[in-house]
Amino acid sequence: MATATVAHQDTAVHEHHEHEHHDNFITKYLFTTDHKMIAKQFLVTGMFWAIIGGLLSTLFRLQLGFPDMNLEFLRPILGGWIDEAGKLDPTFYLALVTMHGTIMVFFVLTAGLSGTFSNFLIPLQIGARDMASGFMNMLSYWFFFVSGVIMFISLFLKTGPAGGGWVVYPPLSALEQAIPGSGMGMTLWLISMTFFIASSLLGGINYVTTVINLRTKGMSFSRLPLTIWAFFLTAVIGILSFPVLFAAALLLVFDRSFGTSFYLSDIYVAGEALPNTGGSPVLYQHLFWFLGHPEVYIVLLPALGITSEVIATNSRKPIFGYKAMVISLLGITVLSFIVWAHHMFVSGMNPFLGSIFMFLTLIIAVPSAVKVFNYLTTLWRGNLIFTPGMLFSIGLVSFFISGGLTGIFLGNSAIDIQLHDTYFVVAHFHLVMGSASFFGMMAGVYHWFPKMFGRMMDAKLGYIHFWLTFVGVYMVFFPMHYIGIAGFPRRYYSWTNFEFTNMYTDLNMFVSVAAIITFAAQFIFIFNFFYSMYRGRKATLNPWNSTTLEWTTPLHPGHGNWPGEIPTVYRWPYDYSKPGAAEDFIPQHIPLSQTPESNLPHEQELVKVELEIMKEEADLLVANGSKH
Amino acid sequence: MYGFLIAVGVLLLLSVVWMVFRIQTLVSVVKGSERKIETTSNKVNAFLFVVFMVGSGILMFWYSIKEFDNYQLPVASEHGVITDELFWITMAVTGVVFLITHVLLFIFPYKYQYKEGRKASFYPDNHKLEIIWTAVPGVVLAGLVISGWMAWSDITAPAPEKAHVVEIMGYQFAWDVRYPGKDNVLGDYDYRLINASNSHGIDFTDKNSTDDFPSPKVVIPKGEPVLFKIRARDVLHSVFAPHMRLKMDAVPGMPTRFWFIPTKTTAEMRAELKDPEFEYEIACTEICGRGHFSMKKVIEVVEPAEYQKWLAEQKSFIQQNPAIADGQKVESKELAGIQTSVSNK
Repeated sequence: MATATVAHQDTAVHEHHEHEHHDNFITKYLFTTDHKMIAKQFLVTGMFWAIIGGLLSTLFRLQLGFPDMNLEFLRPILGGWIDEAGKLDPTFYLALVTMHGTIMVFFVLTAGLSGTFSNFLIPLQIGARDMASGFMNMLSYWFFFVSGVIMFISLFLKTGPAGGGWVVYPPLSALEQAIPGSGMGMTLWLISMTFFIASSLLGGINYVTTVINLRTKGMSFSRLPLTIWAFFLTAVIGILSFPVLFAAALLLVFDRSFGTSFYLSDIYVAGEALPNTGGSPVLYQHLFWFLGHPEVYIVLLPALGITSEVIATNSRKPIFGYKAMVISLLGITVLSFIVWAHHMFVSGMNPFLGSIFMFLTLIIAVPSAVKVFNYLTTLWRGNLIFTPGMLFSIGLVSFFISGGLTGIFLGNSAIDIQLHDTYFVVAHFHLVMGSASFFGMMAGVYHWFPKMFGRMMDAKLGYIHFWLTFVGVYMVFFPMHYIGIAGFPRRYYSWTNFEFTNMYTDLNMFVSVAAIITFAAQFIFIFNFFYSMYRGRKATLNPWNSTTLEWTTPLHPGHGNWPGEIPTVYRWPYDYSKPGAAEDFIPQHIPLSQTPESNLPHEQELVKVELEIMKEEADLLVANGSKH
Repeated sequence: MYGFLIAVGVLLLLSVVWMVFRIQTLVSVVKGSERKIETTSNKVNAFLFVVFMVGSGILMFWYSIKEFDNYQLPVASEHGVITDELFWITMAVTGVVFLITHVLLFIFPYKYQYKEGRKASFYPDNHKLEIIWTAVPGVVLAGLVISGWMAWSDITAPAPEKAHVVEIMGYQFAWDVRYPGKDNVLGDYDYRLINASNSHGIDFTDKNSTDDFPSPKVVIPKGEPVLFKIRARDVLHSVFAPHMRLKMDAVPGMPTRFWFIPTKTTAEMRAELKDPEFEYEIACTEICGRGHFSMKKVIEVVEPAEYQKWLAEQKSFIQQNPAIADGQKVESKELAGIQTSVSNK
């Protein structure tokens, strides 16, 4: 049955293909339904947002590192947000922090990472012509685009963009009287996020459907590359958690505009008592973190998947413990839904609930630890090639360890009392979620650039980019641990009001300088990316000697990916350095029957079955051929 | 003029970088090094991991030791000693893991860098190993969680009955403090009663509120349990007393609490730190708007005898301003209710 469907689908796409030679600019680059082009759209948009997000962070790092600096030179850009004395406005500082968080978490690491690589790799690595629904996929990008346009507009409002932190807790985010950003800025934030949620649901449903239904012959779940496992589970998490954020946002809209009291109660602000009673701000926090925590894994899992692939390829070794890797991904997926309240230990919720969530939270450290150990063992006794992608993957593992370990402090509610909402938290999530995911994204770009554009990125620039960024990220975020242990609270415009924070001006200055250098180093990448797109060295078909299916496509795969039939898969994706084999890799589409010299005993037995299936397949093709 | 010179300088620098980039590309094409895998770059990258490990390791140890007294805040509460101990135990455990994994992570690239003719070992799994490194972190984490849970349960247990009650109310952008007076019971409040002279919204028709008094700072006795009753008037705030290892959100519409036992008076801490100006501070740790970074309140910890003396000296709201209660006597709540509904239109 399955073979029949596949064969049928092939012919359908073939027929379809012949009509599609006259792609014009609009259907090819703008409203395209080709998953590869949509992936590139996500990538370039993500890069645009990464620059904006990074730029915002350099602005507030200037304030934190050089509080006495005259920022008059920023007036042409920031206008009224620089006051007469040349200082950054404290309200705008909060808006900067908020927008930096929102942009980086959602637009860069969710859309830029998942949107790019799920789109690009799922059909190519599972052997499909395209996504299950190319149209939905196109909508997914354009919803994201609209969402971005709205968020971008909000940056230029006279009252400023949303300024209540990226978590936009009410009542602050509900009351315009409390902060000007909660007026029009917050409205646009909510509209933008609504579009974003729609985009990510359209994408997610597509990813899940495609992985389940469109795998090529022989591509069983146990032969999926870990990238696909990661994208698949990420999409599942997104589908289950984003609607809850939508619910939270919707109730917030009601509270803001229609006088309901879901989150508001007993408020006296700006000289008047509001009529709202009976609501609970903690309800919003529960709803928000029900997305917010899985969101961490939505940005992290794709990065881990990419890393698994890149490390295995460039170690010339099978990933160690494939099954354990899949099980830990599954474990993380399930657990990610039941740990959210560890963001709320001191929110005033019942302390008993805190105990429960502390236990659940620390369980999630176990699969994460397993992943780290497996990466290390994959490197062990490998034959390591340091492509830029490989360097970024090793960097990811380092950040994942450093940031993951501090999570053990924060997941412990007793220790979290002191550390909650201090710079320790900032250091923690910027390493484990921000930098690790960012490095995964970079690893992916360097690794799959040849497949995306048929050319190679310059490796030397890649090395320089890596080392500047790797050292830079540690120089930015490692010192924040000290600042955090000392109790410096987050989202502070200045430290001088308190005795206990009236120190570390030198360290903050150091962090700011490191942040600006690291940000500047990203332009090496931007240059490399666009230069190589047009002038880079022509890539070979399989530049990294990799085993997965995407490298069996032509250099510039058209819409439909494979000109002829989709290759069949006969083995798992990690046959690197197999004893007995001549080459140090055997691609997934090479039948076991062709490699008797390297087959393991249990594989040798599979050869018989394989030969039988191949024969049936051939008969079927002949029969199909005679029908036409 | 300077701007122009800087622009020219930057332009020159960029063109130099560009030339270097082009030349190295051309050289590598001529040498055909792109086809080789065991290149100098591969060796350099492998070596740099070791350099990074040694360099950043030294930096980390040096700074952590040198700055210890700076970032380790002195602790002044009973539970704080316990949570600090948990913090440092966790630091020791995770520190060991951090060092071991990072040494492996940076040594392996050096040791197993690409060599022509060598083949990586085909080592796809080892169930025993995997079970071990699932179980060991599991057990270690269980230990940490259980000790954390016991501490957490004690800290969040109901306050002892004799605890001294202090109400802390957050608003944009300050804290207001109210004491329950002799009866140790705070009077009722209603946010609709808030006005210029009654910033707490105290309901003076409630008998318990007659002896309530305000204070410009939080004064508490050493060695005796203190219960902070925390609330917010407008948006979320969070009471953070770093030396007390105390943090609890202030939520409009939902009063919260945190009790603790201070262990050092302000005077003792001043002597210990040799800082005659030291004060215990409360800061806000939940983003609340423009003035979030400036919500400061001073805590003064005194000897119990001194505390009793201080209590006796305080004047209640009504003593300070007898008129405050007058307006409320006549069905005050309804009046306020009408006013709010009017002002909302």
